[in-house]
Amino acid sequence: MAPSLRLTVNGTVRKVHASPETPLLYVLRDELQLHGPRFGCGLGQCGACTVHLGDKAVRSCVTPVSAVGGRPITTLEGLGSPGRLHPVQQAFIDEQAMQCGYCINGWIMTAAAFLAQNPNPRDGEIRTALSGLICRCGAHMRIIRAVKRAATLQRG
Amino acid sequence: MKTTRALGLTRRDFLKTSGALVVSFAMPPALLAGRPETAGASPGPAAGTDPAQLDSWLAISGDGSVTAFTGKFDLGMGVTTAFGQIVAEELDVPFQSVSFVTGDTARTPDQRGVGGSTSISVGAQPLRQAAAEARRVLLALASDRLGAPPDQLSAQNGIVRRKDDAAKSVSYAELIGGRRFNVTLKTLQQGNAPNVAGSAKPKSPDQYRIVGQPIPRADIPDKASGRASYIVDVRVPGMLHGRVIRPSPAGARLLGVDGAGSLPGLVKVVRKGNFLGVVAQTEWDAIQAARKLRVTWSESGFAWPAMPDFYKAMWAMPARTREVLNEVGDVEAALASSARTLEARYEWPFLSHAAMGPSCAVADVRGGGATIWSHTQHPHQLQHGIAELLGLPVAKVRVIWVQGSGSYGRSGHDDAAGDAALLSQAVGRPVRVQWMRDDETGWDPKGPPVVVAVRAGFDDRGGVVAWDYVARTISMSGVPPDPERAGDMLAGQLFGLPAGGVDRPANLQEAYTFPNKRKVGEDIPWSQEGSPLRTSNLRAPGQPGATFGGESFVDEMAAALRADPVELRLRYLQDPRAVAVIRAAATQAGWAPRPSPRANLSRSGLATGRGIAYVPRGNTRLATVAEVEVNQATGQVHVTRVVVAHDCGLIINPDGLRGTIEANVIQSMSWALKEEVQFSRAGVTSVDWHSYPILRMPEAPDTLEVVLINRPDLPPSGAGEPASVATAPAIANAIFDATGARVRTTPLTPERVKAALLTRA
Repeated sequence: MAPSLRLTVNGTVRKVHASPETPLLYVLRDELQLHGPRFGCGLGQCGACTVHLGDKAVRSCVTPVSAVGGRPITTLEGLGSPGRLHPVQQAFIDEQAMQCGYCINGWIMTAAAFLAQNPNPRDGEIRTALSGLICRCGAHMRIIRAVKRAATLQRG
Repeated sequence: MKTTRALGLTRRDFLKTSGALVVSFAMPPALLAGRPETAGASPGPAAGTDPAQLDSWLAISGDGSVTAFTGKFDLGMGVTTAFGQIVAEELDVPFQSVSFVTGDTARTPDQRGVGGSTSISVGAQPLRQAAAEARRVLLALASDRLGAPPDQLSAQNGIVRRKDDAAKSVSYAELIGGRRFNVTLKTLQQGNAPNVAGSAKPKSPDQYRIVGQPIPRADIPDKASGRASYIVDVRVPGMLHGRVIRPSPAGARLLGVDGAGSLPGLVKVVRKGNFLGVVAQTEWDAIQAARKLRVTWSESGFAWPAMPDFYKAMWAMPARTREVLNEVGDVEAALASSARTLEARYEWPFLSHAAMGPSCAVADVRGGGATIWSHTQHPHQLQHGIAELLGLPVAKVRVIWVQGSGSYGRSGHDDAAGDAALLSQAVGRPVRVQWMRDDETGWDPKGPPVVVAVRAGFDDRGGVVAWDYVARTISMSGVPPDPERAGDMLAGQLFGLPAGGVDRPANLQEAYTFPNKRKVGEDIPWSQEGSPLRTSNLRAPGQPGATFGGESFVDEMAAALRADPVELRLRYLQDPRAVAVIRAAATQAGWAPRPSPRANLSRSGLATGRGIAYVPRGNTRLATVAEVEVNQATGQVHVTRVVVAHDCGLIINPDGLRGTIEANVIQSMSWALKEEVQFSRAGVTSVDWHSYPILRMPEAPDTLEVVLINRPDLPPSGAGEPASVATAPAIANAIFDATGARVRTTPLTPERVKAALLTRA
């Protein structure tokens, strides 16, 4: 049996079993049955696996579970609260900003962390902030619109 | 409309635990395959898969909700929402009341899978007919209940009322809820897919209230919130994890495997011919085992040309098949008597589907049967291929489609299904396989390379009198898109089975009315089996490469004749829909008529220009205008604006259509500017997002404008592919307009643009 450790995920302390070098992604998906973070490359190149550690967006596919420490983990499922989506999630729905949606976790989680730091970004700043992500289907134009809309929603 | 959450089993078979979709097997898969549908609180009747039965397509439950069954499904473009609109429209029920069961060999009719932009044009036809027929039957039933003939009744929101007394009403649920229609339909063949007809006549477009509306996609809220399930989320109790190890170098024979003993969690090393896989307790164990196993391979059995010589080699090889696709007049005589001739060659590389999510499948092969969960585009065909691969009767294999990451043709999904099936059979337990990134980009079937040679002859008045076009390709069906044979999957090929590929020439579609014209497609021989450069369908198969040549060359003709590129196209196109999309795109773009390149070119600094390309695909017509900025010091191209005018007949959902067209444009911009599979004698060296870069956010155009031309008088003709075809030539033509430099090889990289800038006239 792999060693057990405790993680705080979406506000709940969860006990998991994993060897220390196991990437956080597999623990979240296979041990905790979360669907938000997804495997895209395992190399930190595409962002499909993005979660928040504290208030930072990180790539869970290259983050060993032992590196999490006590920091709280937030996944797409825990970004909003039940019945009340995060403004970025709402904006992606309003703008119909996806094709297949496999990558969308990365865009929403990255945009949410970015807008928390920069609530009033210019177009170019949005593009740069999202330049580390991949969307193979090509929903880029709608994603930009969604992030701008989210910024407006957040500012109220 | 609700999205399809159930992974093909009844909802009762799913236990939701912490948001996970857990498939529980109370009985063996073979029994499940024959089990009647008892979904939801108020079950609909048992659906079969016989297309001749209305009950195979539609069920109305006791609470009035409608379940539609179809062998077509949504690859991420929103077609299920469009299906829901069509069913709700014909049946006169609320859109929200319709849900779907899709792509399950045990529960949905075989509609030959998904591909060729036909989900709505062909795939929705039987749904439309079945819904119309169901409405007719319901009105007949209501006629008895309400004591009025059907033509004195109206139906709305699932309730039938007497026209003369609206208080007299009966609901669909009361009329048929939970029971079968027991109506036989006439079956017809539409292409290679079934259509059906009852005695009802579907509505005419002027009656539509739901079709044509920009209804938001039903699947998006769950995807944004993290509640949606994909193939990668399928979990079966007792499931193990598998990974595959591909020959290295490609084409090598497996000589030996060592070091399995020390690997934690390893359950089994599975070896069959040159197929090699591992099964382990956890996913991380499987990944580590695949990495750490010591494998000895022979030298490569492939003799690919070196990459720098590849296009030359494509022209040098003798063609295996040559097909004259169109011939008008006498091209050779017209060329010989021309006042002037022009010729050019173009090159289009191998492309990877490079799916966002590496291919995944879950297989449960036990007790003489198999259940396969897959994001295949052809579940009913994969059922046959898997049966042969496992040595099982077809009836004992069930394939259940589950949505995966976007797919644009025959990527690795079917291969991963074969991998999972073999691994599960070997260990006698359910096995989930997800490919690693290098398996996907490196080993998916590739979109084939295309080389094009075109010659034109002009008369002394500036008219085009001859057009001689040859496209050479490696077959776009080197591996068939529908995996009916075990050899159509990589695993089968790796233990020696042949792929059932056929030669299919590159697909240049155009309709220019040059008086003498010849269009030829040639296929060259290529080793397909077990190769990471095997070729198969990728979005608009064969057409983007062929059209890059064709539409670039039309632009070169316009430049040679000092004609405006829009005007030259219109001079040789008679089809009014072609003319309409070209005019609409030009108007939206503010196109000023003049020849390319633009006057007063500066040979340094930032140059700007515009280009157009026109494309028919099937019965869809579109024109794309691209505007570019070219940095003449670096060769860097930024596409500032793209305008597409698009006519695909009747529009079902304009916003869904816009999203699909925009996505086609972005993906094809990526092909045009970035993508080329790299290979060496050792194998494919494009294996991740660094070695196979695609378009990222800063490279997206500043604006992308879509002009939709709705044609309610014409049936829908498909939008999943066409808008990917015109982008590369429109950009290349814009680069020429800006700089006078012509780039005839994609991707249009800074290096190639710089080289063309140095050699421009």
